[in-house]
Amino acid sequence: MFLDLFYGLRKAGVPVALQEWRMLLESLEQGMHACSLLHFYHLSRACLVKSEVWFDAFDSVFAEVFEGVEGALDIENEVMEWLRDPKAAKQLTAEQLAELERLTHSELMKRFLETLAEQDERHDGGGRWVGTGGRSPYGHGGVHPTGIRVGGPGRNRSAMKVAEERRFRDYRTDQTLDLRQTRVALRRLRNLTRSGNASELDLDETIDETCRNGGEIELVFRPPKRNNVRLLLLMDVGGTMDPYYEPVSKLLTALHEERGIRDFRAYYFHNCIYEQVYKTARLAASDAVPTGELFRMLNERWKVLVVGDAAMHPAELLQSYGNIDPRVVSETPGIDWLHRISAHFNRSVWLNPDDKRYWDQTQTTRVIRRTFPMFQLSVDGISEAVQALIGARVQA
Amino acid sequence: MSSQNGFYRFTGTDDYIVSPSLVDAVNCAIALERPLLIKGEPGTGKTLLAENVASALGMPMESWHIKSTSKASEGLYVYDTVQRLNDARFGDGDVSDIRRYIHYGPLGRSFSAEERTVLLIDEIDKADLEFPNDLLLELDQMRFTVMETGDEVAARERPVVIITSNNERELPDAFLRRCVFHFIEFPERELMQKIVAVHHDNLDSKLLDQVLIKFYWLREQNDLRKKPSTSELIDWISALLKSGISQDQLESHIPFMAALLKNEQDSEALSRYDDRGGELPTQWSDLGPRYNQ
Repeated sequence: MFLDLFYGLRKAGVPVALQEWRMLLESLEQGMHACSLLHFYHLSRACLVKSEVWFDAFDSVFAEVFEGVEGALDIENEVMEWLRDPKAAKQLTAEQLAELERLTHSELMKRFLETLAEQDERHDGGGRWVGTGGRSPYGHGGVHPTGIRVGGPGRNRSAMKVAEERRFRDYRTDQTLDLRQTRVALRRLRNLTRSGNASELDLDETIDETCRNGGEIELVFRPPKRNNVRLLLLMDVGGTMDPYYEPVSKLLTALHEERGIRDFRAYYFHNCIYEQVYKTARLAASDAVPTGELFRMLNERWKVLVVGDAAMHPAELLQSYGNIDPRVVSETPGIDWLHRISAHFNRSVWLNPDDKRYWDQTQTTRVIRRTFPMFQLSVDGISEAVQALIGARVQA
Repeated sequence: MSSQNGFYRFTGTDDYIVSPSLVDAVNCAIALERPLLIKGEPGTGKTLLAENVASALGMPMESWHIKSTSKASEGLYVYDTVQRLNDARFGDGDVSDIRRYIHYGPLGRSFSAEERTVLLIDEIDKADLEFPNDLLLELDQMRFTVMETGDEVAARERPVVIITSNNERELPDAFLRRCVFHFIEFPERELMQKIVAVHHDNLDSKLLDQVLIKFYWLREQNDLRKKPSTSELIDWISALLKSGISQDQLESHIPFMAALLKNEQDSEALSRYDDRGGELPTQWSDLGPRYNQ
């Protein structure tokens, strides 16, 4: 039964290995569980799960494995509780909304049926709740994430009830999973130079100078090493980019948290860059910044990272007045603006979330690849893009 | 606390209320002599936990507050070369004894202590990406070597290591593997009442209800950038008590908003809500089923 828990967790994608398992066994040997399922629940969670992201998956597996140990669950009540909850719709975050929007009607129906099927299974007493991901539209829309209550006044909580409550659904964001890899890839985006105030003691130089000075101490300071990279991010939002919300937001999160970069600015556009870029992803007219202004404000040493799928109607890229946004009149074709950007800045790259295999099938992607070195938006692709921004020059 | 069969058992203290799952995690970490990694929203008492474990177990505490510039080696020891150079120049003391210029950091001090200590490594996520990896060996074996002298510092009593993280960046897997993990959930109504009682024990229960209803309602507002946390709640109650505000006054509006909302946009959002004549909840049933078990 205990091994079921271990393999159940692994099956659910929770990263547990022998080391964690041994830790749990060790604690059991010491009698830490005090022969109580609740203590055991706490212990096994503390030993096996190392991030709140996985708490929800852990709860489901635990509930499944140890179901029946403490008696059956009152499912009827729980379902009623879900239905009664009026606040469900408000609980959607912008991210979840974005998820919702891109589902077609048939997809939505399919998902709904799947969800129903799962609830049935659970009702029957098995419950394959593993790996459904807390982000299914019905998981959040139809069910209050934290409003689930298993019958009975929850004063003396038993482990089953705590596990069944699945209070950690909100923390389940699968997108954070390989954020670290992305960050490690971005770490290489640096160019260390000594600049600024001389605040670091140069020991070797101090000893040399002191000797030269006949033993009279001569302290020598130097400026500390700093990352001198300034990064300009230009990002395509909306339309065909919507399905790529996750990888793109991962990249954004990693970039925003990367404190090593000396200066970082992000501007947004839709499909192609024309006379204006926008300070926010809403692309409101009030947030507009003339693209020419970027050339004035930012010198050629800024590194440019364009994120976009480069797939659009050829006219949007190549013709005058090609802007798809009817509110803005764009006399200059988008391709000219792209040329200007690549000409102004020494290094610029394009990250494309589309699969590399399909790049050549889109005419506009082929054209843009002639101007910008293009890399796929993946951990490896980011590494290569960083290399192209920092390392030896790569031909477009 | 009590020490049974040679085990230390942490059960919380009079002024620090802990949930049962946290107690289990702390005791597990103590018994297994593994670092305890604590995550949770800001203001849920992560740092206070270490202090309270130390005082409950009667152990001295070493704390190491991590900054973005912290280096792993600083926690072990620092070699004060400038002082030695200076002493060499002016002939103060024995410069041939390098040990005089080796200053132990928090880790070094707790390893070399005579008795078991509690070692707090606060906000480990503030440091460089590789920082936790640099500490792997030291935390695993609780020993390190001073390069300059070749001395080995090994812990006689493995310290109780408590590490906190605000989740600003992810920690490496190898590091996580070695830790016992606990996530401090935001306290629910019942636990919160106990926590408030520790700080303000003579609070009228009806007033407390009003306070908590408003507080949880605020936390439910999704457009807030920074949700108020326990520490802000305690401050707010202090302010309310000092001003002698009555329960009726609390029903219709939220005074001393500044104690709860620390972000300008948040305060503005709420005053706009107020101006629009938005209604504030006055009873628990106005909140979701989560608060009405």
